[in-house]
Amino acid sequence: MDVQLSVLKYNPETDKEPHFEDFTVEADPMERLLDCLHKIKWQHDSGLALRRSCAHGICGSDAMVINGVNMLACKVLVKDLKQPIRVEPIRGLPVLRDLIVDMEPFFAGYLAVKPWLITDDRQHDPERERIQSPEERERFDDTTKCILCAACTTSCPIFWADKEYVGPAAIVNAHRFIFDSRDDGGAERLEILSSRSGVFKCRTAFNCTAACPRGIKVTQAIQEVKRAALFDSL
Amino acid sequence: MAHIHHYDAVIVGAGGAGLMAALESGKRVRTAVVSKLYPTRSHTGAAQGGMCAALANVEDDSWEWHAFDTVKGSDFLADQDAVDVMCKEAVDSVLQLERMGLPFNRTPEGKIDQRRFGGHTRNHGEAPVKRACYAADRTGHMILQTLYQQCNKFGVEFYNEFFVLDLIMGDDVCSGIIAYEIATGELHVFHAKSVLFATGGYGKMFKITSNAHTLTGDGPGVVYRKGLPLEDMEFFQFHPTGLYRLGILLSEAARGEGAILRNADGERFMERYAPTIKDLAPRDMVSRAEFFEIKEGRGAGPDKDYILLDLTDVDPEVVETKLPDITEFARTYLGVDPLKEGVPIVPTAHYAMGGIPTNVDAEVLRDHTGAIVPGFYAAGECACVSVHGANRLGTNSLLDIVVFGRRGGVAMAEYASTNPLPDIPDDVHVHTEEWLRSLTEGESEESPHEIHTILQDEMMDKASVLRTEESLLDVLETIGKLRERYGRARVKDRSKVFNTELVEHIELGYLIDMAEALVVSARARTESRGGHYREDHQLREDDHWLKHSFISKAATGETVLNYKDVTLGRYEPVERKY
Ligand SMILES: Cc1cc2nc3c(=O)[nH]c(=O)nc-3n(C[C@H](O)[C@H](O)[C@H](O)COP(=O)(O)OP(=O)(O)OC[C@H]3O[C@@H](n4cnc5c(N)ncnc54)[C@H](O)[C@@H]3O)c2cc1C
Repeated sequence: MDVQLSVLKYNPETDKEPHFEDFTVEADPMERLLDCLHKIKWQHDSGLALRRSCAHGICGSDAMVINGVNMLACKVLVKDLKQPIRVEPIRGLPVLRDLIVDMEPFFAGYLAVKPWLITDDRQHDPERERIQSPEERERFDDTTKCILCAACTTSCPIFWADKEYVGPAAIVNAHRFIFDSRDDGGAERLEILSSRSGVFKCRTAFNCTAACPRGIKVTQAIQEVKRAALFDSL
Repeated sequence: MAHIHHYDAVIVGAGGAGLMAALESGKRVRTAVVSKLYPTRSHTGAAQGGMCAALANVEDDSWEWHAFDTVKGSDFLADQDAVDVMCKEAVDSVLQLERMGLPFNRTPEGKIDQRRFGGHTRNHGEAPVKRACYAADRTGHMILQTLYQQCNKFGVEFYNEFFVLDLIMGDDVCSGIIAYEIATGELHVFHAKSVLFATGGYGKMFKITSNAHTLTGDGPGVVYRKGLPLEDMEFFQFHPTGLYRLGILLSEAARGEGAILRNADGERFMERYAPTIKDLAPRDMVSRAEFFEIKEGRGAGPDKDYILLDLTDVDPEVVETKLPDITEFARTYLGVDPLKEGVPIVPTAHYAMGGIPTNVDAEVLRDHTGAIVPGFYAAGECACVSVHGANRLGTNSLLDIVVFGRRGGVAMAEYASTNPLPDIPDDVHVHTEEWLRSLTEGESEESPHEIHTILQDEMMDKASVLRTEESLLDVLETIGKLRERYGRARVKDRSKVFNTELVEHIELGYLIDMAEALVVSARARTESRGGHYREDHQLREDDHWLKHSFISKAATGETVLNYKDVTLGRYEPVERKY
């Protein structure tokens, strides 16, 4: 069938402003939006710039605003999209070209929460693993799913308005460690997250949860981190 | 014009192998990681099932049994000294990842849980054993995230979205790389004492593949163009359970948890091909069995061209908790609910056993005699140690990238701290600059997309699971024609900023090289072994073929094949039965 798309394009070398361009491609209803974007690139407009790699929702390269909603282009099928399909870059990060945005501010927010296990290795027997019960492991399972695609953070109205805010993805990754029984860095992270740029900026708009292609309960994770910061209930 | 950077060690690629190397090297010497993708976009993140180590947390196990399975799985082509190193170091590697924070699934006692995986057995083939350590069906994702976290903790320097185009070699010693910054179109020279390639696989030469769009064999491609050899290129693994039409992988973990393969008649056909371990036989055998079932008219579906993966007898709780991602793939992309009906699957191009030849310290071999290229290292899927021989066992690649990534990182750092920075000429980048200019000058009607599609179709038809002299010769001629057409094609986009057309164009060139190396090596090998199956030479012939192929390209453009004997050890080659 014919699929109509309207894609926001911007090349800093030739364009003053981003503008929509319309395309029609032939595609099967079961094809992914990413397949349609490839058809545009490979058959009509070779310059179209987008990021993608795995094409099945694992690498997190192709988060875009699709018909107004943040999604991965490789995880949504043509049959589920109203036409013409509007495709825009994710919001709140500088657009570099077409659907490609500058990811550096996003990763800076992520790094700000010290997303790595903080622990005193000397207390553990290097000859064997640390013991963690299935229940303790389950406590942070949901937030280990994050693929850093930025769909949540760039759907957040607070993040759009306030560049200081670390954003939902960073908090999700903090959660992943704060609630890991093996981690000793909770206090450090909660101090960072209690600051001006941290977790209390969140106004529970729930956009992030809706946007997450991994089904992570992002808002719930943020609420749990808020509670931990308030009551130090670790 | 080019930017110049000086480092002790430069690592190309930020998947599991590259990041592991970076952690080790970064602790010892000044290290940079150069990657065409943001690290967490690497395809290691797509690995699902697990990483093997004989921890014996759940059942009796030993590293020797693991080594035996690996050698037997390899159809006796793996080098047994290298296999020993890998299987012995497996246990420590898993424990090291756990200490870094990797959230493995746990046993009721809180130890790392383990599950079954194809080809892994207790006591030399007696019965399947629980050896795969896992984190739900996101093991690779968790390895990639954990290693990236640790690299950040230790301040490893990253150059992300830098596309490496060449290796700098002076006096046969490696002295750096040349990279193209995708965001700006500028060239960067990384002048270094040691370089490690960890650029992953090249499954994108096939139509149906579990590999990412970006897995195009750039690293081995650069090496091949330097006139250096590639090892065992004829061995490419087809995984038995790729989603129909798409190739997206459904992990072997599904069969590990009890899923069964059925043909159109509902028959559990693997009982005929591998009576002992049935659906959990090694991948090459299962993929072949599927091809035969389809060929003989027992394929499922209206066109009788797929097999069904039946999960309906697996406890729904297990499906939802231990296999959530693959369940979702089936639902999202095929609209099939695995709890209720069989999932249509076909063999999918999955893993490159061949690649840049190395020894167990990840030092790159210059030729089939075992001489090395000083300062040059390779690890992970782009390398061939060889621990996988003619067929890799599931969960042995995540192990390979961690073990040999680590060994490579240590070795390159040691080399860098005991050797001077070699001199390089000021105009070392000019050759690359001119090449890029030639790609973006003039007009052409040639469609690189069409070239790529033909390549993928032909490789799938004629050089995948089943091969003959005729099919290989045919595809070789096609590759020759495609190469000519490719030479005429030009990049239309002339922008400097994120010229992804240029990147894809160059990637296609590497894929053509990889396809050529694969087909020429496969034509020469007139036997069947592991992933390489010749319908016109169906038996394994140890007398003549117990050896690794080394293919290289002479300056004249001709391919040259040499051979290196397999390193045997405890296990004498016997017929591989399961
Ligand atoms: C779907 C799937 C599931 C799998 N499941 C398992 C499993 O359960 N167990 C198991 O053991 N194995 C599994 N494998 C195999 C295993 O995941 C891979 O072999 C392994 O992860 C490869 O890691 P790597 O570090 O070598 O390469 P990759 O992770 O592919 O990384 C390659 C890196 O190289 C970089 N790169 C490439 N070219 C260039 C260039 N020109 N310039 C700069 N950078 C470049 C990329 O940016 C990337 O960072 C699976 C594979 C797939 C596809």
